[in-house]
Amino acid sequence: MTKLAPVLSAHWDEKDSFTLAGYKRHGGYTASVKALAMDPDAVIQLVKDSGLRGRGGAGFPTGMKWGFIPQGDNKDHYLVVNADESEPGTCKDTPLLMANPHVLIEGCIIACHAIRAKHAFIYIRGEVTHVVRRVNQAIEDAYAAGILGNGVDVVLHIGAGAYICGEETALLDSLEGFRGQPRLRPPFPAIAGLYARPTVVNNVESIASVPAIVNNGADWYQSMGTEKSKGTTLYSLSGHVVNPGQFEAPLGITLREILDMAGGVRPGHTLKFWTPGGSSTPLFTDAHLDVPLDYEGVAAAGSMLGTKALQIFDETTCVVRAVLRWTEFYKHESCGKCTPCREGTWWLVQILRDLEAGKGTEADLAKLLDLCDNIMGRSFCALGDGATSPITSSIKYFRDEYIAHLTQGGCPFDPVASTLFAGAGA
Amino acid sequence: MAYSDQDLQIMDSIIKRYPRPRSAIMPLLHYVQSKAGYVTNEGIEVIAKLLQLEAAEVTAVSTFYTQYKPTPVGEYHVGVCTNTLCAVMGGDAIFDSLKDHLGIGNDEVTADGKVSLEHIECNAACDYAPVVMANWEFYDNQTVQSAKDLVDSMRAGNPKPPTRGPNKLVTWKEASAVLAGLNDGLANEGVQAGEPTLLGLKLSKEGK
Amino acid sequence: MTTEVVDMITVVIDGFEVTVPKGTLVIRAAEQLGIQIPRFCDHPLLDPVGACRQCLVDIEINGRAFPKPQASCTIPVETGMIVKTQLTSTVAEKAQRGVMELLLVNHPLDCPVCDKGGECPLQNQAMSTGEGSSRFEGVKRTFEKPINISSQVLLDRERCVLCARCTRFSEQIASDPFITLNERGALQQVGIYENKPFESYFSGNTVQICPVGALTSAAYRFRARPFDLVSTPSACEHCASGCDMRTDVRRGKTLRRLAGDDASVNEEWNCDKGRWAFKYITAVDRLKVPQIRNSDGVLEDASWPEALAVAAAGLKATQSAVLVGGRTTYEDAYGYSKFARVALGTNDIDFRSRVSSDEEREFLAARVVGSSTTYRDIDKADQVLLVGFEPEEESPIVFLRINKQFRKRALKVVSIGSKESIAVDKLKAHFVKVAPGQEAVAIAAQSLTSKSVILVGERASESAGALTAVAALADSTGAKIAWIPRRAGERGALEAGAIGNLLPGGRPVTDAAARVDIAALWNTTSLPAEIGRNTSQIIDAVNAGHIGALIVGGVDPLDADNSAATLAALEKAFVVSLEIAPSAVTERANVILPVAAVTEKSGSFLNWEGRPRSFDVAVSDSLNRSDLRILSMIAEEIGNPLNLGTVTAAIKEIASIGKWEGARVSINSVSASAQPALKADQALITSWRRLLDVGTLQQGEENLAGTARCTVAVISPKRAQTMGVVDGDQLKISTQQGSVTLSALVENIHDDAVWAPRNSRGSQLLTNLGVVHGAVVTVVKA
Repeated sequence: MTKLAPVLSAHWDEKDSFTLAGYKRHGGYTASVKALAMDPDAVIQLVKDSGLRGRGGAGFPTGMKWGFIPQGDNKDHYLVVNADESEPGTCKDTPLLMANPHVLIEGCIIACHAIRAKHAFIYIRGEVTHVVRRVNQAIEDAYAAGILGNGVDVVLHIGAGAYICGEETALLDSLEGFRGQPRLRPPFPAIAGLYARPTVVNNVESIASVPAIVNNGADWYQSMGTEKSKGTTLYSLSGHVVNPGQFEAPLGITLREILDMAGGVRPGHTLKFWTPGGSSTPLFTDAHLDVPLDYEGVAAAGSMLGTKALQIFDETTCVVRAVLRWTEFYKHESCGKCTPCREGTWWLVQILRDLEAGKGTEADLAKLLDLCDNIMGRSFCALGDGATSPITSSIKYFRDEYIAHLTQGGCPFDPVASTLFAGAGA
Repeated sequence: MAYSDQDLQIMDSIIKRYPRPRSAIMPLLHYVQSKAGYVTNEGIEVIAKLLQLEAAEVTAVSTFYTQYKPTPVGEYHVGVCTNTLCAVMGGDAIFDSLKDHLGIGNDEVTADGKVSLEHIECNAACDYAPVVMANWEFYDNQTVQSAKDLVDSMRAGNPKPPTRGPNKLVTWKEASAVLAGLNDGLANEGVQAGEPTLLGLKLSKEGK
Repeated sequence: MTTEVVDMITVVIDGFEVTVPKGTLVIRAAEQLGIQIPRFCDHPLLDPVGACRQCLVDIEINGRAFPKPQASCTIPVETGMIVKTQLTSTVAEKAQRGVMELLLVNHPLDCPVCDKGGECPLQNQAMSTGEGSSRFEGVKRTFEKPINISSQVLLDRERCVLCARCTRFSEQIASDPFITLNERGALQQVGIYENKPFESYFSGNTVQICPVGALTSAAYRFRARPFDLVSTPSACEHCASGCDMRTDVRRGKTLRRLAGDDASVNEEWNCDKGRWAFKYITAVDRLKVPQIRNSDGVLEDASWPEALAVAAAGLKATQSAVLVGGRTTYEDAYGYSKFARVALGTNDIDFRSRVSSDEEREFLAARVVGSSTTYRDIDKADQVLLVGFEPEEESPIVFLRINKQFRKRALKVVSIGSKESIAVDKLKAHFVKVAPGQEAVAIAAQSLTSKSVILVGERASESAGALTAVAALADSTGAKIAWIPRRAGERGALEAGAIGNLLPGGRPVTDAAARVDIAALWNTTSLPAEIGRNTSQIIDAVNAGHIGALIVGGVDPLDADNSAATLAALEKAFVVSLEIAPSAVTERANVILPVAAVTEKSGSFLNWEGRPRSFDVAVSDSLNRSDLRILSMIAEEIGNPLNLGTVTAAIKEIASIGKWEGARVSINSVSASAQPALKADQALITSWRRLLDVGTLQQGEENLAGTARCTVAVISPKRAQTMGVVDGDQLKISTQQGSVTLSALVENIHDDAVWAPRNSRGSQLLTNLGVVHGAVVTVVKA
């Protein structure tokens, strides 16, 4: 039985956890003092040794990413923190920043030191007013305390509603004041990122994990997790469960273990399908309850760890409706730059709407899959790929349910049964 | 509405946050919304002038992001999450009932200008589903009834406070100023976290 | 001559090896092999964007295959690269078919009524790469059908495939980001800011490079089918940039003109005037038959023999001179030049039917004729200095070339003038602000190198000492000089010797050896040896009774700063007018001889570089004759034949003139005039012609006129404050001759100066004020 291991979340239950005093009470801003006394390369090596991998979804080794920044090039370097948390199901960075923004600021100071940057930007999504307040206040307090402004500046940049800005190059364009559309790569951000300068783009959770690594050492971090997926991370459980919430655990924990702790699927119901890491990661079913939730384990089972957004749907949920809604999301969020994603999501939505309404034939399923084939790997960025994941994976596991819509001339599910308020009595 | 010297000073301070002025275009658009409630042509022209851009370039940016509104919204802008998880768990029902209750459709404003309605995408609070946002403040674990009560309180001029947010719901324009990066001094109000956020920690302390 | 060393890379595409310069994109390496990969967003002169995804191919490098097909328009070749296009890869072939199907999902099936039909890359590639029928059964995105984004350009958003060629052109090439991509996803669309139309001088290029029928022009919309048009390569007759063009004619009528492709000159672009200002040729009032003024002073139609006889007799009877405008072809100018010397026996000829000076005439003979500064010199320059020259207004392709280097490598640009212009702003040029008339001092203060280029406009002649200073600056620094006149024919006319101090081929008339050269060529015993009169001297001589007859070709008397005297001279003299349409000259002429417009004849212009820009007859069934042919006939009638019956004969004769190796004319130094003292309500006028204005060659194209920059009077903030004037107030600028009243614009201009457009609607300074630069005018709030 894997045990929970709160590190990031260790003190969230203290009322003033988000204040400078609350953060300092538990050793806040001691890691940055320690790191600043180290050689920057040694900090990079420490993070490499810890095995920390990007928590934004791709799982790229953080220390290696930092190591890509050219040194001694006499150029400005930048750190950009991706706090544009928008992937459906993903809800870890937002509560983290609400409960403890200072840990991110301290992570920024350490990361800037390592990559020889003087300037960090936190790109936060715009639809979270109170989180914006907390981060902004924390930055102000850190300046007032002399923690910021002595070698490192942190600027909070607030988004305005565009999922695509979670894609790192779109985020950079957005931060430069353009439409948030992805850029051609190469050049990669490490060579020409923000303002065409060497730039590291990291997820909130990745940077926030750094102070603890500095304070406790690489070995400590290495001691948690699995062979190639080290450390602890936030698993966000949501949906048809008794107790949804954040579970910080070593990588490799299973959904079965988390569900057990959370009191299971809501009473009287059974698990039907779930996402391991947000809607862009192919669906899992109850057959995947024991898949180790680390980068390799989830990939081996045909999906991606992603953002560890565990969205749980029970048997009252119509998978066609669920997938249609996600597809509508991708259509809404497609930036419009490339043809496959822009036109493909427009078309996918129309086919799925018809299928949900029981219109069409089984041949439409083949068409849907062929269309996904023409979008997947043909789009400019991963948004188009992500849009196909729920469709192809749901047809793989629930083909019969799609067919049932056609044979019954409509959706066989009662939408009321799946609501939370109906659930109590169901 | 003319931009006063003080407004222009604030806008200038926003520009100075960045190594390059153009980066300020997004906070400046939020700022324009804090003055006018939506992105006005006047606002676009002021930004274009300050950043030495063509107005078309500012328009290109403002129309890309859904939080920038081309027409006025209500004093309280209500967003109901209808992305899959919230929709399934009640978001669809909440959105439908609010439309009925308010007599307006998506992206519309009540005649009194108090409330506008929008179905929104995932707002990073899935463990609090179904979620409703008002002026981008969290209203967690909503039901059809609680959502109706919420909009009624807004129309009565005494909006219920957010679940995780300040003690009092600020107006759309006030919230827009926060999104322009201006500090309204309310950061310390409200809880540090809701129960679901703390669940894992609590269980860990119980030995899980 | 240095050769640039280029690394070459060999790659294999569809089994064939091809060796291309390092940096070449895969899509273009494939073109070298004749392999056409379908594409929409790709354009060789725009930055790669990889947006449409139509050009997907399979690529492996040194045995490592990319996991998914790659956009060949964004990937440069690499050593060890093996590319499989749609011809050899089923994955690439399916990917391309998939993208094509998706592109058509939201594209309307309105090809039968679309202007692009028949020459549409989408149509063509849907045939080559698409399926016969679509699997899409849903609802297409709809927009309001075409909207005007300017008075000339219409946008049909339903047809747009969002390749962003137009928006990228506007930003990357023209630096006019007035159109942008707006909204997002499938609702993304091209648009303008609602209060600012797409009024770029280069907007027509977006219509031309649009790969679908989304952007169309009001001028050509619904006029023709591409397969009904006969296309002729041509050269632009408007300015001295020298654009390669294509003229499309249906049943004898020009319907469309497009930018041609000449990498060394206009690349693939042109300006909106060159593209759309051609209706003057078909304007209803074209002169068709010769006319003779009868004894009652009334013009009567006449036969050609009759008219030629009257013209010849009138010219022969008295001392005659030649006034030829700056718009003639090189061959026609040569005809006028030879006509003056051979038929009339005079050097009284001047192509400068505009404000000019003797300092300029010497400068042209000393520094410009036979010189060879080129666009390539701009490409390589370490600095460009602009003197009396607004490139965007006066030679737009020169602007594009400077802008290209500015965007590519931050080319330093310095502009000496009195008013900061839009182009100065776009080029982030260093603006050296001087009072009108004081340019010479600022020129002398510039530091240049032998890699610098000085671009001098014709307006430099309006400021005493400026051209002297330019010559001195070039001498002291080794910088190259390029003289960029505004009109297409001026450089050719200079080389042809249509000026009082030069014979053809840059030969000074005062040089005996030079005269011998030309006399031998022309098979005549002698040529006049005295420097001829310039334009204003000719006018004065007519009014003083020393000259009795004028032969005038393509001159607008209102282009001179002594227009009253010019009109008087035209009244007084026996005038033979060679013209295409009624004008102030024909109104006063004794004989009118209609001539061919540029599309109706062959010939060439020499652009500012001195590079020949030849063109053939585009409208083949015209009966109109070239100036050259008519001059030949008059000369024959006079009894001193030119032997230039055809353009071909002229070309042959010109080609036989060798380069002049003798001494060049030297410049008599002129220094700047002292700045006049100004009263509080006085200022020094300065002005230039805007690209789009009320110029004669722009007549008949209202849609184009609608995109002109607005007419304003510009004063400095200091003057505005003193006067209590804000933007939009009315300003009255006056001289003894008259006044203009214009809307005020407060901008960066010298405090002593006031600027107004020289020839725009409501502001025709030569006639309204009689002055254009450096003279004292009164400026008051109206």
